[in-house]
Amino acid sequence: MTASPEAPALRSGQGGGTGPLVPSPCRVVGRRVETDDVVTLLLEPPPGSSLAWRPGQFNMLTAFGVGEAAISVSGAPRELGPLRHTVRDVGAVTHALCRAPVGSVLGVRGAYGTDWGVDEIGDADVVVVAGGIGLAPLRGAIWTIADRLGAGGGRLFVAIGARLPDQVVFGDDLAAWREAGAEVALTVDAAAPGWNGPVGLVTTLLPKMAFDPGRTVAMLCGPEIMMRFVARDLLDRGVDPARIRVSIERNMQCGVGLCGHCQLGPLLVCRDGPVLAYHRVGELMTERER
Amino acid sequence: MIEDLAGLVARHPLLEGLPGGIPERVAGCARNVVFDAGALLLAEGEPADTLYLLRRGRVALEVHSPGRGTLVIETLDAGAAVGWSWLFPPYRWHLDARAIGPVGAVAVDARCLRDKADADPAFGYELMKRVSAVLLDRLQATRLRLLDLYGNDRLA
Repeated sequence: MTASPEAPALRSGQGGGTGPLVPSPCRVVGRRVETDDVVTLLLEPPPGSSLAWRPGQFNMLTAFGVGEAAISVSGAPRELGPLRHTVRDVGAVTHALCRAPVGSVLGVRGAYGTDWGVDEIGDADVVVVAGGIGLAPLRGAIWTIADRLGAGGGRLFVAIGARLPDQVVFGDDLAAWREAGAEVALTVDAAAPGWNGPVGLVTTLLPKMAFDPGRTVAMLCGPEIMMRFVARDLLDRGVDPARIRVSIERNMQCGVGLCGHCQLGPLLVCRDGPVLAYHRVGELMTERER
Repeated sequence: MIEDLAGLVARHPLLEGLPGGIPERVAGCARNVVFDAGALLLAEGEPADTLYLLRRGRVALEVHSPGRGTLVIETLDAGAAVGWSWLFPPYRWHLDARAIGPVGAVAVDARCLRDKADADPAFGYELMKRVSAVLLDRLQATRLRLLDLYGNDRLA
């Protein structure tokens, strides 16, 4: 299979760099430890520049001297100020990013890719399913939808799966989303006695959520196996596959559809994704990464 | 009393929609039970003599691991069935099941149920189809969790 013949979107990173592949130097102005291996960084762009993004998009973050990694924006449009990225320490680059102290400088280029399309949802019920750090790319979309609850739109259901109770990220947000009227459920893979919440797969949360399948938009982010199982359950409930959006991650290197490392069948995930409709990508999700 | 139980059994997801007569036969082996928070429904190593059809509350399945203490490996809520070791010899529980908060359930006597299934294979087959579907779901879920999905899930 070949990549799409469409011309790559050579949108410039909007951070003041001189081209789409040139990172803007951004200072770390805040750092929050979410769990033992997850850190949220607040990044300040250079004076006079801005880093525009939409929920679901990603930036390429550079730890100078170490390398570059694709990291989704975890900020919400309601949050003015620094750019927010939540990073999990899983390799050399992310390790360096997670250890970046306040005052240090990281490179940022982007934002790249497709977004969750929160402005196209209308009055649909929205079902958000996140696994592990997959909640980070969804955080901005959830906040945007939560802020609209009560204004005559649909309902918001958020199902979250995590490995252990102490590895749940954004605990403060979960409480705030509930307060805003969202139904938020959390399950973990295992727990010690004293945890009174559910233990089990995130799919077990869905049957208890009373969304209307005929008018539901779903947003899924997490391990692809999890997303496949969740999508299958949503399809069984009658949700339109075109209204199930999944965030796919492949080996994104250039971020602008040039290098081809993130090719998935006819798609270049960095350009055509990361957010894709399930009817377009569902069968491709069993493709092995090259 | 039997009619009330039959209604509860017939509406439980494990048996819902089965042909008439089957819920009544299951109900003939059943009784209503309640558990306080912290009470054990099942205890590892004890005789597996009951199928519980949860009506309300949450139950934690626990295992004890030397050096790691007690771990909750799954929770089951209203609508779930608890306990499968009564199906096969040696009829001993492999896990603990503990009530998290007050729990209401229909407790079905396993020997009574097995005897009825043995005596009427059609009844036994319908029962086994339902039980097998739940077991398959649990097996698939367990396989997925063995992958430690969230352990190394995103590049981020």
